[in-house]
Amino acid sequence: MYKYDTYDQAMVDARVEEFRDQVKRRLEGHITEDQFKPLRLMNGLYLQLHAYMLRVAVPYGTLSSAQMRMLGYIADKYDRGYGHFTTRQNIQYNWIKLEDAPDILADLASVEMHAIQTSGNCIRNTTSDQYAGAAADEVIDPRPYAELIRQWSTFHPEFSFLPRKFKMAVIASDTDRAAMRLHDIGIQLVKNDAGEVGAAFYVGGGMGRTPMVAPCINPFVPIDQMITYSEACLRVYNRYGRRDNKYKARIKILVHELGKDEYTRQVEAEFAHLLTQGIEPPLAELHRIQAQFADPAFEAGASDDLDRSDPDFALWVDTNCVVHKQPGYIAVTISLKPVGGIPGDASADQIRLMADLARDHSFDELRVTHAQNIVLPHVKKADLYGLWQQLDAAGLGTANLDRIGDIIACPGLDYCSLANARSIPVAQKISERLSDRSEAIGELKLKISGCINACGHHHAGHIGILGVDRKGVENYQLLLGGCEGADTSLGQITGPGFDEDGIVDAVEKATEVYLSTRQDGERFLDTYRRIGMAPFKEALYG
Amino acid sequence: MAEPQFRFRDDEPVGDPAVTVDSFGEQSNAAAVRIEPGDDARDLLPHLDRIRLVEVNFPVFGDGRGYSAARLLREAGYAGELRAVGDVLVDQIAFMRRCGFDAFAPDVPLNPADAEAAFARFDHVYQPTTDGRAPIWALRHG
Repeated sequence: MYKYDTYDQAMVDARVEEFRDQVKRRLEGHITEDQFKPLRLMNGLYLQLHAYMLRVAVPYGTLSSAQMRMLGYIADKYDRGYGHFTTRQNIQYNWIKLEDAPDILADLASVEMHAIQTSGNCIRNTTSDQYAGAAADEVIDPRPYAELIRQWSTFHPEFSFLPRKFKMAVIASDTDRAAMRLHDIGIQLVKNDAGEVGAAFYVGGGMGRTPMVAPCINPFVPIDQMITYSEACLRVYNRYGRRDNKYKARIKILVHELGKDEYTRQVEAEFAHLLTQGIEPPLAELHRIQAQFADPAFEAGASDDLDRSDPDFALWVDTNCVVHKQPGYIAVTISLKPVGGIPGDASADQIRLMADLARDHSFDELRVTHAQNIVLPHVKKADLYGLWQQLDAAGLGTANLDRIGDIIACPGLDYCSLANARSIPVAQKISERLSDRSEAIGELKLKISGCINACGHHHAGHIGILGVDRKGVENYQLLLGGCEGADTSLGQITGPGFDEDGIVDAVEKATEVYLSTRQDGERFLDTYRRIGMAPFKEALYG
Repeated sequence: MAEPQFRFRDDEPVGDPAVTVDSFGEQSNAAAVRIEPGDDARDLLPHLDRIRLVEVNFPVFGDGRGYSAARLLREAGYAGELRAVGDVLVDQIAFMRRCGFDAFAPDVPLNPADAEAAFARFDHVYQPTTDGRAPIWALRHG
């Protein structure tokens, strides 16, 4: 894992003092709320329906056990004993007092964490593959490249007042587990025929009210030019992205309106200029970072045997664990989606337990996934049964990864001041209604957003649900056929929306259509792609 | 013309009125120009030898196009005064300084102590710009 040196630490420490000063000026009335708003937003502090919400950055979703433990401490000390893991691999606290915020940032800084650029029209936290460093299919560990981007983007003087927020993701596998092409810039690390690492740049993806899948604008940027190329992409956007309408201000609109070819031409011209400016960190810096992401001390020759005699354990292994690059090890997803629970929520006690388990069984590492779960990336198979027993006893043993109960949901109208409808109760009802059929239904990614901003990724759900306000009443639209990953597609709306109970019925009907028409080995998504929308419409509205 | 509240230059301030980017090319005696957010700073590059003052207007602080305009001019070798005017707030001036601004004329004058603290807040920076500060990666690797 990356360790701060004195420079990194001084940067976050100075930031804490700056924000402490800004909060003091606000509390003393020297600056107005209008002037304070962009400052608190740059520190991840939102004013929500009931209280301030603090969003803490988890760079590329990677945490040490000490960092995880601190997240539990903050949940207890400053919030109501829980935290909410988000689709951007971060954690949010929903009940924060403004006057506590500087102390929270100081506590975070003590474990090399921060809330820098977790909101505002700037480059946000860079996300990555939750199995980075463990995945059997990766070309190279993407996290050092994401860390390079983290440093480059931190307090970038030119790009702190962009037309709109800006999200980057870095992956290194053909199987995209980070929804890379739904980011403002998605980077896939690849190797060319000579074995050299390069960065394929996908620019202009996003969700929100105008979902777009990012086109590839350059299939191979040499790795020692990745930062310079990113800077060129951002500069063209900062200069020409729309600022007249916040709903048309994301880079996806610029790329769409200019056309991919013209946007690419402008980027390449700016890139040629910026190559003369010496802004690229030397490869020695990448190598310094990479050394800190070296493989942990795996035990050579560890056994691949598992005692599967406990059927509940066997089900959990088959559902929640994935193959590891190292023989004898396995990557474990801890579901934060108990049946009927709030997706992504974890209590302080659960957070501390996960921290302890990471320390004892996963080389001190955890990951946050964009599907709002936690991963222990490096678990020895010999330890797995004991680990599962501890998780299960704490309500963390649900076997539902990528199943219908593994729902992504935004905070919705229960917390969010932008929302039109509640997301959490809908997720809870669907989970309660359909979890007993979880195994029969198999892989089904269900995603719920409480408004058109799409924080719950509804466009990318095999089943997506969008909450809208219809004449003052919460109404839910159903979408089918969305998918992130290598075969990214956007979901299509089935037809008229439903009320809260009606949408639960509608989801059930959609699964029944699937179960009655699927062919051997087909997932819900495969069946939908084969038979199309009509049979589902017939079942829903016929 | 907006008088700078803060100026990091030793030469005499230019007293000429700033003209628009559109008209600058035709006014061969003009030495001061004002860039609005929608202007292309690169239009000025053929004339850098006679420009002594560039004002960059920030009508609202959230419109960050002026940061790119400033860097483009400095990267092209412009060495005259680069003055941020308009909705220039204490929490933006350090970013502006890094992008090459060396004079600041906020619509609402800043508290001098707050401004001094803001300019000095961060000892080090992650990115190189034309301000000459060595980025952290250069300090790490000599």
